Amino acid sequence: MSENIIELKNIRMSYDSNTVLDGVDLTIKNGEFVTFLGPSGCGKTTTLRIIAGFESQTDGDVFFEGKNINAVPPHKRHINTIFQRYALFPHLNVYDNVAFGLKVKNTPKSEINEKVSKMLEMVNLKGLERRKIDTLSGGQQQRVAIARAIINHPKVLLLDEPLSALDLKLRKDMQVELKALQKRTGITFIFVTHDQEEALSMSDTVVVMDKGRIQQIGSPADIYNEPENAFVADFIGESNIIDGIMRKDFLVEINRKQFTCLDSGFNLNEEVDVVIRPEDVDIVPPMNGMLEGQVTSVTFLGVHYEIIVDINNFKWMIQTTDKHEVGETVGLYIEPDAIHIMKKSEYSGTFGDYSSYSEELDEMNEESAEAQALEESADE
Amino acid sequence: MNKNKSGQVVLNAPYLLWSVLFIIVPLIFVVYYAFTTADGQFTFENITTFFTSRDYMYVFCMSMLYALIATVICLLLSYPFAYCMSKTSASVQGMLMLLVMLPMLMNLVVRTYSWRQILERTGILNTFLESLGLPAVTFLGSAGTVIFGMVYNYLPFMILPIYSSISKVDKSLLEASSDLGCNVFGTIKRVILPLSIPGVLSGITMVFVPCVSTFYISRIFSEGRIVMIGDIIEEKFYRSGAPDYNIGATISLVLMLIIVISLAVVNNFSDNDEENSSGGIVI
Repeated sequence: MSENIIELKNIRMSYDSNTVLDGVDLTIKNGEFVTFLGPSGCGKTTTLRIIAGFESQTDGDVFFEGKNINAVPPHKRHINTIFQRYALFPHLNVYDNVAFGLKVKNTPKSEINEKVSKMLEMVNLKGLERRKIDTLSGGQQQRVAIARAIINHPKVLLLDEPLSALDLKLRKDMQVELKALQKRTGITFIFVTHDQEEALSMSDTVVVMDKGRIQQIGSPADIYNEPENAFVADFIGESNIIDGIMRKDFLVEINRKQFTCLDSGFNLNEEVDVVIRPEDVDIVPPMNGMLEGQVTSVTFLGVHYEIIVDINNFKWMIQTTDKHEVGETVGLYIEPDAIHIMKKSEYSGTFGDYSSYSEELDEMNEESAEAQALEESADE
Repeated sequence: MNKNKSGQVVLNAPYLLWSVLFIIVPLIFVVYYAFTTADGQFTFENITTFFTSRDYMYVFCMSMLYALIATVICLLLSYPFAYCMSKTSASVQGMLMLLVMLPMLMNLVVRTYSWRQILERTGILNTFLESLGLPAVTFLGSAGTVIFGMVYNYLPFMILPIYSSISKVDKSLLEASSDLGCNVFGTIKRVILPLSIPGVLSGITMVFVPCVSTFYISRIFSEGRIVMIGDIIEEKFYRSGAPDYNIGATISLVLMLIIVISLAVVNNFSDNDEENSSGGIVI
């Protein structure tokens, strides 16, 4: 068995003139838990569907254990899928849903019986064999879907946002269960989600996607601590992304102040994006701070306060357990290891300022400001 | 709450009135005539006459048989057609739907007479056959032609409910089936067919019922040689000079009961076997 179970080579996908995937290259190792993470429309589900065989890529190759499977239909791939809305068969009961794959392969009845009851026991659905699908709760349906896929011993299991329909607590439980299931069975899991927490907590490898391209591939810690560009930094957790200039190795200038950092290998005076996570900034008295600014907003979130500090019209987000007042002038202290430097990218300047949390609000504000300006000029 | 209820009563009233006037009252008349003599005396004689008459029973059984054959042919033609139709693009589906419905937009009499023109001894089809040097065929008058007439007239009523229930099957179920190892035929057998049973049952009902009680089509296509139970009922009510409402009503009543019983059996079978939630027109 080759070590790489799935390889995608320069996959492109377009519908009419609309490009959904723009050159995806990816190698997935046998037994890995891989997550495709990205906002809706980033191409993660399309990539999954191409691996499953439900869609054919416009260009590029898919390899399974080293063999090209472009022309292999879904029913001949050793891959099973857990669908977003489970896609359980409404005309069959729990038992027959789980037994479906085995029956298709003409497995002897006694063997089906044994395997199905073992599988239902594993997903805690024992005793519900004869129940109709529509009498089950969301969590139970989820388990039927898992059992129906796993019973076929696929080499790869694809999961298309399987937890998105569940409530928060159940989702957390299922995350733990799925992770344990993956460890126990050793099946390669490819999991699609737009929930970054889910991605970080479950995966061995996270593939961050946007605009039909892979933005970064790495372990959850790499993705969080060493984001490759402003999109990744913003999508995974909260981050302040500030324009900076590399004055030399290990020295970056932000707001005309120089900071020691741990990054090197940039050109002299290269413009860069600087990522500073909100939890890595300490608020200190103004005279002890490296930067000085005014508190514009304080929100209590239980474990910590979320404080917005305005420094030269750039709003920083800081998470701290100390309380501060709006209007207070504070100093910020940043350790060298809290600073992460990224090359400039197409995403530079679009993320990382906390004037608002969403671009939509920014646009709405701009529009209303424009409307107001128009009204005022009309009044005159 | 109360106000709401009275509002509901007002809203329901027209439909209630309609049902009473056009469904309940005629039914009462049918039952009344079936159990009375010509001068209004209560009797079971009509029933016994019907069941003991060899002629009536023969026609009755033949009508059931013809309707059954026509329904089976409709089903065999419609299912593959409806399946293929559901697989085409939306615009093609619209066009096919229009084609299926088109004959229904024409009056039954016009439609049937047109076919007569085609099938006659000297009709278009025979002229064509003769021009090819083939012998002419006597189409009109044969059982096959009568069944053809039924299939032709009621085919849309089979296609439409089946098509509607097939196209309602969630696409992700088809993907799931393929994901679990089914090829196209396996998916049809294990997923599409069971999920479209409601449509099939609607279709069977909507074809079998009018076929079994048809009178016009059989008369025109068989040139009066094949008599269906519907023809007899019509004759009993319209026979110039001496209409026999009582025996006519009796035959109607028996036919109605047999249809209701057979449909109940068919639908009950489906309830126990395949509790389905998708598709079909419920009757």
